[in-house]
Amino acid sequence: MASLDDLKKRIMSVKSTQKITKAMKMVAAAKLKRAQESAEKGRPYSEKMNNIILNLSLGIADKESAPKLLSGSGKNQIHLCVVMTSDRGLCGGFNANIIKKAKNYFSDVTKEGKEIKIITVGSKGNDQLKRLYGDKIIENISFKESKNANFFDAEKVGKIIIEKFDKEEFDICTIFFNQFKNVITQIPQAQQIIPLSAVNENQENLNESYEFEPDEDEILNNLLPKNISTQIFKAMLENSASEQGARMSAMDNATRNAGEMVDKLTIEYNRSRQAAITKELIEIISGAESL
Amino acid sequence: MSEEFKIDIVNPEKYFLTKDDVIEVIVPAFEGEMGILKDHISIISFLKPGIITVRSKSNDEKFYVEDGIVEFKNNNLSVLTSNIINIKDLEKSKLQDLIKIAEAEANKSDINDQVKFLADQKIDTLRSIN
Repeated sequence: MASLDDLKKRIMSVKSTQKITKAMKMVAAAKLKRAQESAEKGRPYSEKMNNIILNLSLGIADKESAPKLLSGSGKNQIHLCVVMTSDRGLCGGFNANIIKKAKNYFSDVTKEGKEIKIITVGSKGNDQLKRLYGDKIIENISFKESKNANFFDAEKVGKIIIEKFDKEEFDICTIFFNQFKNVITQIPQAQQIIPLSAVNENQENLNESYEFEPDEDEILNNLLPKNISTQIFKAMLENSASEQGARMSAMDNATRNAGEMVDKLTIEYNRSRQAAITKELIEIISGAESL
Repeated sequence: MSEEFKIDIVNPEKYFLTKDDVIEVIVPAFEGEMGILKDHISIISFLKPGIITVRSKSNDEKFYVEDGIVEFKNNNLSVLTSNIINIKDLEKSKLQDLIKIAEAEANKSDINDQVKFLADQKIDTLRSIN
């Protein structure tokens, strides 16, 4: 059995850990509120963008000549995967869930004999993937300096992707991120952004005639790159809300576990203290009796 | 009959402006300024740097935009833009900064005509606010 001193030290150390996790939980909760708000506020933009593109693509008569970002390069040999994770750890299964989703996708794609290329956004994803897929990672982007997800960063990522697409370095692009559902649930998502995943067929065919200025092709050519940045920005917002949510619940659990541990250790400490006292008493009494 | 329609100005972060008593909106569309009244035909167009004027019953508001897309459908006008500033809130110093950035952009040598045109447009607009 551990000595009294050891137990005391352990109790102290668990207690200070508990203090840290508690503080982290508070911070995460405060940040979560902001992140969640901006995630919710950011949704209309990406939804409207999607709607406009939908209307535009319905308006295009000649699908063959549609821009490549919309229709794809005609092949599906090389898959580009953009894995978006956080820059910090201690957020429960947040990063692990994205990585798991991404790894499943990787193995499915490789089984079909296709090639994968990976861009990691956020350092945690890079750390976890470089061991197994180090040679496949072509770019690692991290926004450690930016405090909040901002559109400027998303545009940077978007530009890199488009540049690579123009050089025909890949055919299909998928982004991986966690969608924020609520504080305890985040759903890892895989969303294909190039070519734009097929428009829902059952959507009623809006035969609304639009006037375009300039013509459809030019608008699409300008709009599609923007849409990619928008989708990435949406993913970043969802991700940051999810990260804070995951961290908050993870730290909440940690705090509770630390509390339980302190209770257990305190009982053990008191027992061994009592045992020591009893032992000493017995020694004194038996010593007195033997006289 | 009422002559009003609805406008939503959205940027990536949030709803920038929502109003449903708008009478006329003038947007700097790519091929020239465009005034939109109620029952305009459905249209999708681009914005170039310029000033959006929103005229409603209660007041007139002006916004400076650098880029964006407008969609008008069923008397709903949506403006999507990543850079928008209400001119009321635009301070002198900030304005000067923006002009400087735009000038630096216009003076780059490795840009094509379209980028140059947009940058010049920016400078003109910003100067006109001044």
